[in-house]
Amino acid sequence: MKKRWRKRRPSVLPEIAAENPTALAVQTEYPEAIVDAKVASDGLVLYISPLLLTPVCRLLKEQGFERLTAVTAVDWWPRSPRFEVVYFLHSIKNNVRTRVIVRLKENESVESMCAIWRSANWYEREVFDLFGIEFRNHPNPERIMMPADWEGHPLRKDYPIHGFKYSYQDE
Amino acid sequence: MTKEGKKGKATLQIEDAPGAVSAAERSPSGARRMTLNMGPQHPSTHGVLRVVLELDGETITSAKPEIGFLHTGIEKQFEVKKYQQGTPLTDRVDYLSNLTNNLGYALAIEKLLGLEIPPLAQWMRVMLCELSRISSHLTWLGTHALDIGAMSVYFYCFREREEIMKIMEMFSGQRMMTSYIRIGGLALEPPRGWHKVVSKAVEQLAKGIDEYFNLLSKNPIWCNRTKGVGVFPVDLMLDLGVTGPMVRAAGVRIDARKDSPHTSYDKFDFEIPTRTGNDVYARFEVRMEEMRQSVRIVRQALAGMPSGAWQADAPHILLPDREKMKTQMESLIYHFKIVTEGFRVAENSVYQVVESPRGELGFYVVADGTPNPHRVFMRTPSFGNLQALGAMLEGQLIADSIAIMGSMDFVLGDVDR
Repeated sequence: MKKRWRKRRPSVLPEIAAENPTALAVQTEYPEAIVDAKVASDGLVLYISPLLLTPVCRLLKEQGFERLTAVTAVDWWPRSPRFEVVYFLHSIKNNVRTRVIVRLKENESVESMCAIWRSANWYEREVFDLFGIEFRNHPNPERIMMPADWEGHPLRKDYPIHGFKYSYQDE
Repeated sequence: MTKEGKKGKATLQIEDAPGAVSAAERSPSGARRMTLNMGPQHPSTHGVLRVVLELDGETITSAKPEIGFLHTGIEKQFEVKKYQQGTPLTDRVDYLSNLTNNLGYALAIEKLLGLEIPPLAQWMRVMLCELSRISSHLTWLGTHALDIGAMSVYFYCFREREEIMKIMEMFSGQRMMTSYIRIGGLALEPPRGWHKVVSKAVEQLAKGIDEYFNLLSKNPIWCNRTKGVGVFPVDLMLDLGVTGPMVRAAGVRIDARKDSPHTSYDKFDFEIPTRTGNDVYARFEVRMEEMRQSVRIVRQALAGMPSGAWQADAPHILLPDREKMKTQMESLIYHFKIVTEGFRVAENSVYQVVESPRGELGFYVVADGTPNPHRVFMRTPSFGNLQALGAMLEGQLIADSIAIMGSMDFVLGDVDR
């Protein structure tokens, strides 16, 4: 696996993110990891390759991002790659926020961040529950919002707003 | 030998008796182990939270919170509503401080649209958000004190809260689900005579807050029940995603009003109270001090309220004045367009943080160029705070669990969304 990344050309940071210290740190340590980057109104947005998510997050925690504020996902169905998993990081000391985004295809799983930030636990369970994205090595991979025997994942775009069970057309 | 044999027989007989505790159920300390189901209908969980407690005598060995009983799919509903139709949904998330939710959502959409909000609307937003912070903290104080056994505080707090409710009704016509802060400004023009009513209420509140603080801080039962209870390491708290008064009571100064100023909060002079006690009492002190700071902000807002427009100048986003709509063709067209189609937001995403009474409230809005938001994610403070409950309750006494839960101040609508 590792060899395949090495063969890829290292990505070049877009100009707008090139002066950001966080982006630079990730770029120098893991040049293959950054797929794309931009600077939004709330801070840096880094698109990371899913295979290198764990080392990049470890590096970001060392860089001062001691808080993982939240984890969520966005469904871009019917586009491919379908899902975006978004990690919101916050550094209290530097008063900086960063978003780390991982793009995933359908049925693709991503490594759990629970070993790095414990707050990932419930947020990843929520993403699994509502989007059906699996997190590898999650300590408690169960549904959190919906009942345990619920079918489907409600926040997916192909899940109708009224659910699958009821049809309102006969009434 | 015979004596020992007899003893063995005797113990056997006791264990066989109905209702007796077998050796396996006993802990090394000799106390009884049991599993206790707390909630979802327990009054001190303030909503529908279920906690499965493993007890060793009176000590909690593990606690497992279970949530989702109030999951209403608000984030899914956002996706089928137009942007302006989302505001009432945000009211129903954290129903004790709905104006803060309105503000977070409105700010996120305004950032996506690049709207400039006139100063009057900004100051009015600050004033009302601080009033709703006081109202939320009063509700917390009353119920928290009631849980621990101080009943009279509850009545006093709800009496003061009623005054704030009346102000909300005066402004928006609604007591709780106000939806007063809308995208682009306020829902309605501030009512006539609001200044007098708010200043009268604030003076009453300022007196009341000190009174309730003395009522509890000089009460020996209250101090015994709260001091040194629920201490939890700060680094673990931050690791678990706790925000708001909980971490400020542990000495960490984070507050979105200062860290990422929005809505002209930088023009107000106020402090972020912190304590280092890190127990239930310190959280009580921090929230009481926050109420005093909110009173200070409201007084400043009353003194320096600017004049001018209460809505942004954006006819394609905001509904026109009724009078204009009936007399001007262009306004009628805009009105028709906004109501039938809504307004479009260019493909972009934003994460907007505001400080709710419970902690960090974040709105992550992804726009895809249509009149409906592609995704609205609410980073609600109660969800992050509640995640620490299991770890916080471990090793505590069961009677203290009520005090600890009360000190977290979660709203289950905010947790389950």
